[in-house]
Amino acid sequence: MSKILKINGLEKTYESGSKKLTVLKNISFEVEQGQTFSIVGPSGSGKTTLLGLCAGLDKPDAGTVELCGHDLSALNEDERAQLRNKEVGFIFQNFQLLPTLTALENVSVPLELQGSNNAAEVAKTLLEKVGLSDRMHHYPSQLSGGEQQRVALARAFSNTPSILFADEPTGNLDDETGEKVIQLLFELNKEAGTTLVIISHDLDLANRTQQILKLKGGQIVTNQTTATF
Amino acid sequence: MAWRDAKASKVRLLLFMASIILGIAAVVSIQLFSENLKDNIQRQSKVLMGADFIIDSRDEPTERAQAIIDSLNPDAREVNFVSMIAFPKNGGTKLVRVRGLDGDFPFYGKLTTIPSSAAASYQELGGALVDATLMLQYDIKAGDSIKVGEITLPITGALKSIPGSNAMSSSVAPPVVIPYRYIAKTELLQFGSRKEYQFFYKAPTADLEALENRIEPMLDLEKADLDTHTSTSRRLGRRYDNVGKFLNLVAFIALLLGCVGIASSVNIYIKEKLKAVAVLKCMGATRRQSFLIFLIQISGIGIIGGLIGTLIGVGLQELFPYILKDFLPFDVEIHISMQPLIMGVLLGLFMSVLFALLPLMRTWYVSPLEVLRIGGTPMEKPKKARLIILLIIIASLYAFSFWLLKDWQYSAAFVIGVLVTFAILAAVAVLCMKIVKALFPKWADFTVRQSLLNLFRPNNQTLVLIVAIGLGTFLISTLYFTKDILLAKTSVGASTENANLIALDVQSTQLTETITTFTDNNLEILDNIPLVTMRMHSIKGRTVNAIQQDSTRSIRGWLLNHEFRTTYRENLIASEELTQGNWVSNHTTKDPIPISISDNLAQDGKLAIGDKVVFNVQGVLMETVVGSIRKVDWGQMQLNFSIVFPKGVLEQAPQFNVLTTYVPDETRSAKLQSELVAKFPNVSIIDLRQVYTIIEDILQKVTWIINFMAFFSILTGIIVLIGSVRNSKYQRVKESVLLRTLGAKNKQILRISALEYLFLGLLGSLVGVLLALVSSLLLAILVFKEPFVPSAVPFLGFLPGISLLVLAIGLSNIQGVLKSSPLEVLRREV
Repeated sequence: MSKILKINGLEKTYESGSKKLTVLKNISFEVEQGQTFSIVGPSGSGKTTLLGLCAGLDKPDAGTVELCGHDLSALNEDERAQLRNKEVGFIFQNFQLLPTLTALENVSVPLELQGSNNAAEVAKTLLEKVGLSDRMHHYPSQLSGGEQQRVALARAFSNTPSILFADEPTGNLDDETGEKVIQLLFELNKEAGTTLVIISHDLDLANRTQQILKLKGGQIVTNQTTATF
Repeated sequence: MAWRDAKASKVRLLLFMASIILGIAAVVSIQLFSENLKDNIQRQSKVLMGADFIIDSRDEPTERAQAIIDSLNPDAREVNFVSMIAFPKNGGTKLVRVRGLDGDFPFYGKLTTIPSSAAASYQELGGALVDATLMLQYDIKAGDSIKVGEITLPITGALKSIPGSNAMSSSVAPPVVIPYRYIAKTELLQFGSRKEYQFFYKAPTADLEALENRIEPMLDLEKADLDTHTSTSRRLGRRYDNVGKFLNLVAFIALLLGCVGIASSVNIYIKEKLKAVAVLKCMGATRRQSFLIFLIQISGIGIIGGLIGTLIGVGLQELFPYILKDFLPFDVEIHISMQPLIMGVLLGLFMSVLFALLPLMRTWYVSPLEVLRIGGTPMEKPKKARLIILLIIIASLYAFSFWLLKDWQYSAAFVIGVLVTFAILAAVAVLCMKIVKALFPKWADFTVRQSLLNLFRPNNQTLVLIVAIGLGTFLISTLYFTKDILLAKTSVGASTENANLIALDVQSTQLTETITTFTDNNLEILDNIPLVTMRMHSIKGRTVNAIQQDSTRSIRGWLLNHEFRTTYRENLIASEELTQGNWVSNHTTKDPIPISISDNLAQDGKLAIGDKVVFNVQGVLMETVVGSIRKVDWGQMQLNFSIVFPKGVLEQAPQFNVLTTYVPDETRSAKLQSELVAKFPNVSIIDLRQVYTIIEDILQKVTWIINFMAFFSILTGIIVLIGSVRNSKYQRVKESVLLRTLGAKNKQILRISALEYLFLGLLGSLVGVLLALVSSLLLAILVFKEPFVPSAVPFLGFLPGISLLVLAIGLSNIQGVLKSSPLEVLRREV
């Protein structure tokens, strides 16, 4: 299987006043195409920073990120944006829907950015799949947390990404709603054959993926294949 | 808690503070500058008079009057009278006003003579200073002599200008100045001859109003009169009033702009804090506590902002003379008074709290449920509280404008004007949102649709920005248009419509030939006004003599002895406005003649419509009745009359005519004068250019100040506008970051923002300029009473300029998104 994400010797340091805080140190791993992969670790272990670097949202201080065959350090901001628009999907802990757009419009955005003509139809189909056909014209503020995350889920799949990053996707949801969202996430992922990278501190959720990378204090503790697979 | 919270929101609070600082700096510097300007203008008005105040008497002062005059210790004195003089060199004779001067007059301004040394030496040398035009007319040079009554004096120099010789009513004849000590020797001061005694005082620190109130009634009884330089500047007409009104308008507008800045900053600031307030409420904070946290914050910022603004305002004042040394046409003496300083700090506090109250109310009504859901729970509508706050805001604006304008009607008009503008802008914004929504171009490109969506979707900034941009543009355009109205007015004398040469005493038999002389010189006759002199014989059935004997009379003394120069005509002229009664054009019956009198004559003579006045028209008694009262703008440079008769009455009375024309240069003026004097020695000619020179000099300075103040306020408006648009940053940045995370390119994000801001800028500034056009037209008609020709600058300059400015600020808002990584911004903003 080919590697969709290759991380090599990644380091990231933040400056806080006069102090330097090393968030990630010498991180290297690979994710195979179509694989489900999770990054786990306690709060402050550098999970979200790592996700940001993997998806090209931020630049590392050292090391390389190769996403979908592209070395991210060789791409400028616009080229990285274009890569994200074509190959990457996102799900955030706090949903990050555009408050000024309806559910349908939010889901359409990635395709609209590509200049697609059938964005609305694709969005409608996806919203039906996540069970929100009757909430399409509602604004995020008119939706519950679970509904908002389902809209985010539909949005993440709207551009048929090669890889999907999910940052604590159930972090803001109750257990029952969280479980439904996760089931939906795995179903849609399986159907689309997308590579899934989940960030979580929930080991139960991580155990449902094929590979688990454990982080602590910005360093890899273990990187192992789960027992179920 | 207020302090802890403020520390965490430094940048946003600084933006809010910037609005206050700018608003207050503008108000304080304009107030201080306006005060200094008033001082400077007042000094200029002293130049017209040459002294701080003058006591004058038509006759030798009575013993009591002399005692009052002496008690005030005059610094110079003068006696003047009209007399014929002769030039022995060529036998030329001329009616002149002889001014016998003693003392170091003038104290302000100067005697301008050719050679300039003559002004200082004529007293010592015992020579005369003769009106320059008169010398030109009669071909007289310095060193020739002049015969005044029984004495002959050497001419020391030509007199170009002298304070107190500007008003045509008092200087029908050209001035000739001689030392006071020779007056008796002229033997011209015979009993019964018309003369005027003047005593000049230099008292720069005296409270002239108090002095006027105290001395004037006493002098009145003694047939003497007190004139202060302030009344001189009043006489100069409405120009000063208008400048004052304009400066106050500028201050008012500057503060309003600051308030717009405060309101929009606090609005957005509080909106972003509502979640925190909800959290506080969840943790048990009462409504009062959470409200107070932000009230204390705003008050603190208000005081600090007011203080910094005041200091900047004072700093600007201190800097003006240095920065503008080369540009200022005169030396502005700057001194700082306490009142605007205290007002600055208090205004900073008061206006911040006042304009923050509406958004602050939201902290009172925000539900703790907000913590659980973003904007999901409808907020309790505090209608009554909002109404009360709105009323307080309106009342405060009214009080503030009244403080500046000192006129309840104007203040009400300004406040209503601003409210109407506000309402129209809000209506336009709402209408625009509805139109965009209804006609939404579904076929358009994503970026176009996204930018249009931003105009009417939840959390849109259309209303706030259109009102802020529109109000800002409206205010600065109104200032510009108003400035134009004022400056158009000050270009007096430059146009051919204004007469600058007046020929007096043209007898009926000389009229035709005089007109021919004018037209032969290619000079157009602008006015041909008949003049009939008369005195009052009785007022309301009591003879003037009886009234004069009455020590309890309320009628002002001057009019009892005054020889009125009256005219007759069918229509009102431009400088007049009928305030009471009916204008009668023609009178043919035997009834008392309905005359029209000026409002100051009505006031001084205690005359009302229907009152009877009998005039002695050179021996013939003529019964008249006050038919109408006119407001006369004495400041306009044309012949104005206290008393105007209808046609059909005075045509056969002994009369003479006044002809006026515009002469483009001094040589042509001199040629006309010598031709006229050769033909008709009795015709007196006044060349108004001397008067114009003084007035134009003042107006030039005023023009400069008006331009500067308008520029300063416009600059303030632009800076506040920058603040308003910057405040919308936080709204748009978050959306742009999300779009960027989802893969939007820089170009796409830029295009969405650019279209949105361009639309808002264009619409806001267009509506603002159009509203300014309407309000300026109203101001021109109702306040300044001037014709209004709108300048193209607001349309060609402000409209595109402000639109581009809004666009530039809007785009600079998202620069952070374009330059930094999405993760960094997401972490910071979310």
